[in-house]
Amino acid sequence: MTVKTLIKDPLNLIIVGVAGQGNVVISLLICNTLVEKGYLVTFGQTYPSQQRGGTVINYIRISREMEYSPILPYGYADVILGMEPVETLRMLRQYGNPGTITIVNPRPLYSIDIWGGAAAEYPDLDELLTAIRSLSARTWVVKATEEAQQLGSPILANVLLTGALIGTGALPLDAESLEPALLERFPDQFDANMVALKRGMELVKP
Amino acid sequence: MPAIDIEAPGMAMLLMGNEAIARGALEAGIGFAASYPGTPSSEILPAIAEVAKRRGIYAEWSVNEMVAMEAATGASLAGIRAMASMKQNGVQVITDFLGNLVMSGTVAGLVLVSCDDPGSRNSSNEQDTRFAAKWLGLPLLEPGNFQEAKDMTRWLFDLSEELKSVCMLRCVSKISHTRGSVRLGELPRKELKASYDLTRIPRLVNPVGHAALLKKLEQAREIFEISPFNWYVGPDSPELLIITGGACWLYSREAVKVLKLEDRVGILKLGTLWPLPEKLVASYLVKVPQVLFFEEIDPFLEQSVMELAASLPPGSPRPVFYGKRSGHINAYGEQDPNAIIRALARIMNVPYQFRGGEYDKQAEEAAQKYVIMRSGTLCPGCPHKATFWVIKNALKLDGRYGFVTGDIGCYTAGLGPGGFMVVKTIYCMGAGAGVANGLGQLGRFGFTQPVIAACGDSTFYHAAVPALINGVYNNANFILAVFDNSATSMTGFQPHPGTGVTAMGDPARVVSIEALCRSMGVRVEICDPFDIKNTTATLLDLMAMDGGPRVIIMRHGCELIRARREEPPYRVYIDPARCVGPNCGCDRLCTRVFACTGLRWNREKGKAEIDELICSGCGLCTDVCPQGAIIREAL
Repeated sequence: MTVKTLIKDPLNLIIVGVAGQGNVVISLLICNTLVEKGYLVTFGQTYPSQQRGGTVINYIRISREMEYSPILPYGYADVILGMEPVETLRMLRQYGNPGTITIVNPRPLYSIDIWGGAAAEYPDLDELLTAIRSLSARTWVVKATEEAQQLGSPILANVLLTGALIGTGALPLDAESLEPALLERFPDQFDANMVALKRGMELVKP
Repeated sequence: MPAIDIEAPGMAMLLMGNEAIARGALEAGIGFAASYPGTPSSEILPAIAEVAKRRGIYAEWSVNEMVAMEAATGASLAGIRAMASMKQNGVQVITDFLGNLVMSGTVAGLVLVSCDDPGSRNSSNEQDTRFAAKWLGLPLLEPGNFQEAKDMTRWLFDLSEELKSVCMLRCVSKISHTRGSVRLGELPRKELKASYDLTRIPRLVNPVGHAALLKKLEQAREIFEISPFNWYVGPDSPELLIITGGACWLYSREAVKVLKLEDRVGILKLGTLWPLPEKLVASYLVKVPQVLFFEEIDPFLEQSVMELAASLPPGSPRPVFYGKRSGHINAYGEQDPNAIIRALARIMNVPYQFRGGEYDKQAEEAAQKYVIMRSGTLCPGCPHKATFWVIKNALKLDGRYGFVTGDIGCYTAGLGPGGFMVVKTIYCMGAGAGVANGLGQLGRFGFTQPVIAACGDSTFYHAAVPALINGVYNNANFILAVFDNSATSMTGFQPHPGTGVTAMGDPARVVSIEALCRSMGVRVEICDPFDIKNTTATLLDLMAMDGGPRVIIMRHGCELIRARREEPPYRVYIDPARCVGPNCGCDRLCTRVFACTGLRWNREKGKAEIDELICSGCGLCTDVCPQGAIIREAL
């Protein structure tokens, strides 16, 4: 295993999704592994009251030097992992900057505020992705839901996206370093999750 | 992640603030923990309960916060270190008990943990419980990071024993629910032995007791003057001093770094908040020209420090104060690094633009165009959705403009479109039934609107029972609808007196809601809200009755718990031939009104469709579609 270092200190990562998508699982895999490697990690969260439906934001600060606060200053995201396209743009609006890289799952999830009438509609996906690209230094569109379904279950999408995230080289982690955390989290489904992780890494290969 | 009681002194572990509090209590040799679930406090008790058996200690979910605090006190009085944890609303509930507890003193260390929710992201209100400590006389600490969440909790048990008084830890959401690195300490290995000393004086009468309490608080103040939980970072003679505590300490330090003001601005981070360590604070007040207070939620430190400044000897130099009073910091809502960056930039007159103007403009334009709202709502398959659908239709059929007095739980969503806006009042735990008691007496003033009081199963035990008894006694005209999903779902599926299991996983006797209600002589109906037709008929029948309270128990288990255990009951799909879209006349009833997140409107096709990623397979929407286009096939 090659020794990896932070591309920037602190490295500010946002993982955003809709309640129920499992972004906390991704964050815990990453954060637990980084703490074991001696990094100072702060993992803050904002989430809705209800168990499903609202936006869940995970703010992850990674440093060798100091403990950072649980919310980012505006414009300070280095990496945004978006499990849903509208939520990715919502984060860019507040936390993006011209150097931000984004990894986005293009599968839309509708909200109850969308009726399909004239008043409220889900935006056109191509236009949405174009907007995300134009606000990012680089964007990887990873069809995580689709790929996970092909691997047998849509719930693998979050681990697949974790693979895409580390595949971009943004974090000081590789597949091997995540194995213990994955084994602990999914003792019975370890192999399927490892396959999803590696598939995610492949999808962002240059 | 290893278990929370791992024996590894010195090891760094990623812990949630609430887990760090639990670990601190274990390191202090706690023997008794009690709580009632409430975000952001809910993870403390389960973390202890999970390891309780092998540590030889006890943990319980109490029926409400009052009993939790009283039970923990019982343990303390018999020599067992004890802790009660709760959210801010719980602290409001227990103030009567606390106000008497501080007069009686304690034996073994007794700690109250209050988790406040600035911004009320997961609460019906935002309240700053630091004032309860000042009002009632409890020594108060607040952690500024995750390490302190553990270390302070541990130390508070020692302090409590030294003062023979209950002590309080106040923690905000962004510490309680944030994870950070925590270095572990040692766990004690000591056998606990409980015994009540009958020679102990139960309490001092007032005002003798009050005088004794004030003496204890002075003793605490002296201890706080040299506490390692207070510290200063910055230059020797700063132009401005930030006085802060809690998560705001982390935001303050980041703001000073972002604005590169390390040589001009100092930070006094306080961990011991009440009584205020006055000598320490005064030593800074006389040497800085400007002070900025940064704290969540109310101006607690701000007022305490200003009070101190007013009592400094005549002629003492006094700084200019900035904070909530001056309008530089909001006196409401959750704080973040941006709030303190803005205030600092303004006072110190330094330019700050967080990113280029062009990017800003482009991001704002894109967001305006494409970012939709995403309101929280009831989960797909939620039985409360079925109950609200029944209530909505029954109220409409009844035609007398009836409404629901709401309560605290997932079903608070009845205020919004997810529950068809049938809920018209919302206050605190048990208030739905309480308010209905008043409305139920107004027939004498020409009031004819039917009133349905809502409460969840856990809320029923917590606070609705006295209101129901009151209704029986005084013959109040209302229906109590118990939204019984057999779980405390909103806070994370904790067990309660109706579930047959305890916090430590032992079997428990079930306190039957229907038996309890029937013992009061009221009519009780038990319905499955997924049976829309019969439940609506039963509810209409209850609404047609007059006189004292009637109870309808809407019983159907929480969908999220079911989904963990079983496959979905149905495969649900839409028959495109039967969904006639704009020609139906229902005007998209399923996606516009019923509004389950598992249903989508496909505008190209002009038809509804199911999002198979979201649909739970409950099949409720089949009964909603007027064309029978939503098909459910039993699996």
